[in-house]
Amino acid sequence: MTKKNETFRKAGVGRRGFIAGSAAAAGVAALGFPSITGRAAAPLKVGVYGGYFKDSFDEHIFPDFTKKSGIAIESVAEPTGEAWLVQLEQSAKAGVAPADVSMISQVAMLKGQSSKLWAGLDMAKIPNSKNLLPQFVHKYPDGTVDGIGAVAWFITLVTNTDVYPKAPESWAEMWKPEHKDRIGLLALASNSFLLEITATTFFGGTKVLDTEEGIVKVLGKIAELKPNVKLWYRDEGQFQQALQAGEIPMGQYYHDVAGLAAADGFPVRTTFPKEGGLSDSGCWALSRASKEAENAHRFIDYMCQPAIQATMSRKIGTAPTVDRKILDLSDEEFGAVSSDIPPIIPRYDIYQTKGDWLDQKWTEMVVGG
Amino acid sequence: MRRGRPAGPAGYIPAIWPALMLCVFFVIPFAIMAAISFFHRVEGGFYEPGFEFANYARFFTTFFARILGFSLFVSGLAAVVCVILGFPFTFMLTRLGRRRQVLWLVFLLSVLSLSEVIIGFSWSMLLSRTAGLSNLFVVAGLMDQPASWSPGFAALMMGLCYLAFPYTVLILYPPLSRLDPQLPEAARMLGASPLRTFFTVVVPAQRGAIVATLIMVFVFTLGAYLLPQLLGRPQHWTLSVMITDQAILQSNLPFSAAMAMFLMLVSLALVGLTYAIGGERREP
Repeated sequence: MTKKNETFRKAGVGRRGFIAGSAAAAGVAALGFPSITGRAAAPLKVGVYGGYFKDSFDEHIFPDFTKKSGIAIESVAEPTGEAWLVQLEQSAKAGVAPADVSMISQVAMLKGQSSKLWAGLDMAKIPNSKNLLPQFVHKYPDGTVDGIGAVAWFITLVTNTDVYPKAPESWAEMWKPEHKDRIGLLALASNSFLLEITATTFFGGTKVLDTEEGIVKVLGKIAELKPNVKLWYRDEGQFQQALQAGEIPMGQYYHDVAGLAAADGFPVRTTFPKEGGLSDSGCWALSRASKEAENAHRFIDYMCQPAIQATMSRKIGTAPTVDRKILDLSDEEFGAVSSDIPPIIPRYDIYQTKGDWLDQKWTEMVVGG
Repeated sequence: MRRGRPAGPAGYIPAIWPALMLCVFFVIPFAIMAAISFFHRVEGGFYEPGFEFANYARFFTTFFARILGFSLFVSGLAAVVCVILGFPFTFMLTRLGRRRQVLWLVFLLSVLSLSEVIIGFSWSMLLSRTAGLSNLFVVAGLMDQPASWSPGFAALMMGLCYLAFPYTVLILYPPLSRLDPQLPEAARMLGASPLRTFFTVVVPAQRGAIVATLIMVFVFTLGAYLLPQLLGRPQHWTLSVMITDQAILQSNLPFSAAMAMFLMLVSLALVGLTYAIGGERREP
């Protein structure tokens, strides 16, 4: 088995869905043959999380954009976590952009800033950005905008309805001893955001995470969960199957995908606990190596329209990045993708400033006896 | 074919192409990895060129020593199990008729084509409480209620051995099919039972092949990083899992490169040791 194959295989399992080998292969093909479609009408390459997200965008969003703007889109399945960040960075060093615009997580946005991976965006060319909620405009420290909110989603408490007839009310439910060996959690500090969830549930808010002593205290509380955790998952496909089957009947998961599974008839429910769901989001960011900046701006502007945000909430199940007041979503439609309970907001800063220390402490907590 | 060294410089020409390929696809990437393992990690970013031992220093802790020890142990055990099962299997395979041998080999090759992802997911399903094999045992009256056998050490071992077994057989097949049938025949004629023949004649005659196979399977399973995640609990995450986490999820390439270098050096040393101890009489 070659290392190369392993990397590609790994790229096939990511944050947004268990991508079939073909999707990963598509990403590889896009990397390997960037100009196979010819220079004349270079399509705008847009990276979206592979699997469910990419399929949904290909079906509901990209064709309409091409019809209205005349700009062809080549969607690229991007792996999640920071794998895509590493690929973008390495390619940009060689002057290549495997995707012009990519959907990038908040932690990855900060890491990309350190090497000036993201091209500055010209807000004059993105007039619809006025619709965005302020937290969805991402900036370099000097104020240059480098990311525009693409999608927002929630991590919530999910349960199998066959095993748990009654919905849990609080994140604290996970700590109860009767759930021994029954819980699935995300494996890393920076994708599970369990520090924020635990801090909000037991320590009165995420302020406790300001100091290293505070973080260690919260980690100690998370360690109490370990006997209950059957699976620390890196790939959501791993957990979703077990959740649907009732093998691992409780855990943290993505509100949108869980809702979709429930709609498909699986015995799965997603609950916003009283402490709030965890709100995470991805930005559209432009690689500095991209030669399609003009079209990229038009694409990002298009995506900021209230009508498109509403379409995404209805068809893809993501929470809107624009103010709810200018959307035509009904209460029911809004409730399906979001909640009126104030969300838990991740402390992205600690993954940036204390990243390696935190990673080490986290791994020792999870792996250690 | 002529053996020995080529007569003049022209004799080396056919070797240029493979040497070039080896250089481009192996030596250069390896050199890049070695260099990056000494680069400076920019916290909250990527890395910048430099020369420091910080990445190795982070690795030299009891925490990582324990993970390294477990990785070597689990791969070693998988190699031993695979050879114990694979050697008699391959021996019997080589005694079969040509057609049946080919069928078996094709089957094993097709198992080898399965990726770690498929194998991991299949085994976690097979060992699950809700849809797994234990349900069959309950139906057969062997168990009272279905049980969950994954994740855990046994599940991980099962997955690793499943992954490596076809590989084991394919490595053992050439030497065993070349084994002179007169050797076991002579032993039988002298009155040894089939079992005694197998253990006192066939196994010692194949000692070199067995050691070589142990090493190959050991190295092969050392690289597995998805099975420990899918079938193991956190304490079963091997160094390969940690390397992947650092490279792919933490964008800490210098640290992952340092761990990979160290893992490679340790396994090379172990391979050398095994070879020195067990493989003096390589060719029968």
